Amino acid sequence: MANASTAHHDDHHDHHPTGLARWLFSTNHKELGTLYLIFSLAMFLVGGAMALVIRAELFAPGLQLVNPEFFNQMTTMHALVMIFGAVMPAFVGLANWMVPLMIGAPDMALPRMNNWSFWILPFAFTLLLSTLFMPSGGPSAGWTLYPPLSLQGGNSLAFVILAIHLMGISSIMGAINIIATILNMRAPGMTLLRMPLFVWTWLITAFLLIAVMPVLAGAVTMLLTDRFFGTSFFNAAGGGDPVLYQHIFWFFGHPEVYILILPAFGIVSEIIPTFARKPLFGYTAMVYATASIAFLSFIVWAHHMFTVGMPLGAMLFFMYATMVIAVPTGVKIFNWIATMWRGSMTFETPMLFALGFVVMFTIGGLSGLMLAIVPTNFQYHDTYFVVAHFHYVLVSGAVYAIMAGVYYWLPKWTGHMYDEKLGKIHFWWSTIWVNVLFFPQHYLGLAGMPRRIPDYAVQFAEFNMISSIGGFMYGFGQLLFVYIIWKCVRGGEKATAQVWDGARGLEWTVPSPAPLHTFDTPPLVDDKVAVHADRLT
Amino acid sequence: MAQSSYFVPATAKWPIVGTVGMFIMMIGFANWLNMGPTGPWLAAIGGAIIIAMIFGWFADVVRESRAGLYNPAVDASFRQGMIWFIFSEVMFFAAFFGALFYARMFAVPWLGGDGTGAMTREFLWPEFEATWPTHGPAELGGDFQTIPGFGLPLLNTLILLTSGVTITLAHWALKKGQRAALIGWMIATIVLACVFLSIQAYEYVHAYRDLGLTLGSGIYGSTFFMLTGFHGIHVIIGTIMLIVITIRCAMGHFTEKNHFGWEATAWYWHFVDVVWLGVFIFVYVV
Repeated sequence: MANASTAHHDDHHDHHPTGLARWLFSTNHKELGTLYLIFSLAMFLVGGAMALVIRAELFAPGLQLVNPEFFNQMTTMHALVMIFGAVMPAFVGLANWMVPLMIGAPDMALPRMNNWSFWILPFAFTLLLSTLFMPSGGPSAGWTLYPPLSLQGGNSLAFVILAIHLMGISSIMGAINIIATILNMRAPGMTLLRMPLFVWTWLITAFLLIAVMPVLAGAVTMLLTDRFFGTSFFNAAGGGDPVLYQHIFWFFGHPEVYILILPAFGIVSEIIPTFARKPLFGYTAMVYATASIAFLSFIVWAHHMFTVGMPLGAMLFFMYATMVIAVPTGVKIFNWIATMWRGSMTFETPMLFALGFVVMFTIGGLSGLMLAIVPTNFQYHDTYFVVAHFHYVLVSGAVYAIMAGVYYWLPKWTGHMYDEKLGKIHFWWSTIWVNVLFFPQHYLGLAGMPRRIPDYAVQFAEFNMISSIGGFMYGFGQLLFVYIIWKCVRGGEKATAQVWDGARGLEWTVPSPAPLHTFDTPPLVDDKVAVHADRLT
Repeated sequence: MAQSSYFVPATAKWPIVGTVGMFIMMIGFANWLNMGPTGPWLAAIGGAIIIAMIFGWFADVVRESRAGLYNPAVDASFRQGMIWFIFSEVMFFAAFFGALFYARMFAVPWLGGDGTGAMTREFLWPEFEATWPTHGPAELGGDFQTIPGFGLPLLNTLILLTSGVTITLAHWALKKGQRAALIGWMIATIVLACVFLSIQAYEYVHAYRDLGLTLGSGIYGSTFFMLTGFHGIHVIIGTIMLIVITIRCAMGHFTEKNHFGWEATAWYWHFVDVVWLGVFIFVYVV
């Protein structure tokens, strides 16, 4: 920064760098948001390709395409790439783009750190994916890296752990930035209870991220020292316990699954009121429900590990605490439905994805309740029922909400309307095949098919074949999504500032496409522009 | 909030430098762990790039701050950033304290036959008695002795608590604009920090050479060295921060009202202090 003293916000519009430098050195929340979203889309396709390797191998019983070691690497890497590379960066990208626009801020609170949190990610994933090309292959003990299995693999473990450290650093910095932005950068009059729900859910998500990513860092550090420095954290011979890893990991892991879903709740809570042309029903209840879910997420972790042999009292506590989460989640689903009640509904693509989210996330939530019951969990644990459950909440849940958000805000980002007809085809194609893909996995799991195996008994053949067909159709259908985005970026019907006639909030008061710098002068927020105006007195 | 002049730099060159440095360092470290010959070199190069990045980035921020580009809103953002950073550090230590508590409350008693662990003990290690400290039923790392809490660790506790007092006295001097007193108390704090680190270093040598207590001494050695070690690394970072801001005090960078760089360091120092109290109580005493 040779000319740091002149690089002032007001006079740098003219000499903005171009080409690669523009993206490498950017401090702009919109450019960095775009980078996050593009990176996430690329990782979605990489992780999806891994999923197709898995589904191709499982198309029929027996070992056909890949050897079991590689199959295990695919299941491990698919999860790591999708969670840390696709879903989390997509939400951070949406937050980068939309939070400053929604609260009337000129940019993120810490713009340089924003650049840093993004650019760590491509390097971290290079490190992670490079392990696939190492002599010992990538990690193959599952994304949870349970010891002792994960400690018995090849020399890729160190690379995986250090890549996870980098991702964690990126996530923590991104979360700190989002919290600082929301708490510190709101326009005058944008009180906490006037904030759009997407902002609220991200505020709480950011808190979860800062609280648990360091715990993951601690857990994998202990793995590293157990493997390379002779410590005994997870070694019973030295007085440690492999189950200890699972406790620490899931203390991170359970809040993590809410990190993957709370921003999705926020997106859906923005979209449904717009297309129902009614304000969100129970705004305050939504805020409190989100906070309750976040609190509960810290005291339910052991439901991921009921079968390890815990004291009975612990199992009962974690079972009941888990079931309590259904209450605030039920509040949310009720409120979304109540928002639509007697609304003037239209069904543009964002609304379709949001509705798909509500229906299919509920299916995933209910199978989660089944899993919460200890005696039945003993039966379902590590079967395809679990796989079906978390793919319903993650694919037809989190990913659907991200796609809904992308369709919803794409006109604001590009200045063009996307192709509505193709968008609807994308929705219906995805929704049909995602159910063909994952619904049969419930039956497979209930019938006893274990997860993470490349081969299976012949009685599971039909449902696996159906699931694989669904997987390939759903997977290749996502290329249509890429095409729709590309087409929308290239051109299309001009979007107005308002875009959707039922939309409310500050982001719709700036032109489409949103100029590089918005709200240099903060807008004054009163009841008229607040999203939830009519709720306020 | 005077947001109309919120400082947004046009570009940022340091983050990508830092990223490249971290990337090289991680590759180097991973190679090192796998006995790759280039590992230490790559790790050192990466580390050097990171140090250069930190230096350059902070130099930019100091220059901008002194040029008056930061309004109160920017200051508030920095405060938020530091608070949440320290919170993330607290959670990192929480993972290791959690491991210690779990080992002592559950893992070791269960190995000794408590609860549902009776058969584990019967079949695997029938002679194992649950005690603390322990290096586990396989007696990993051989016989060892522990460092008694009410000796050097107690002295170290008093030293760190005193350093918390001296840094507060420095803050009072700073707020009154008494630069000589400020620098004096800062140097006192740094001296205390260095004494603490020296005692810790002596203790480590003593543990390895005389007591047989190593990182490989089962769960006791693991928790002991990881908790005191990570704390020690944080004290080293804090000491470097203290030295840097003392130099900045001498250069007259801080005013009575505007000295967030100083305060952030003091916050960090108090955090290190509080973590030590946890380490002292749960690692050495209880």
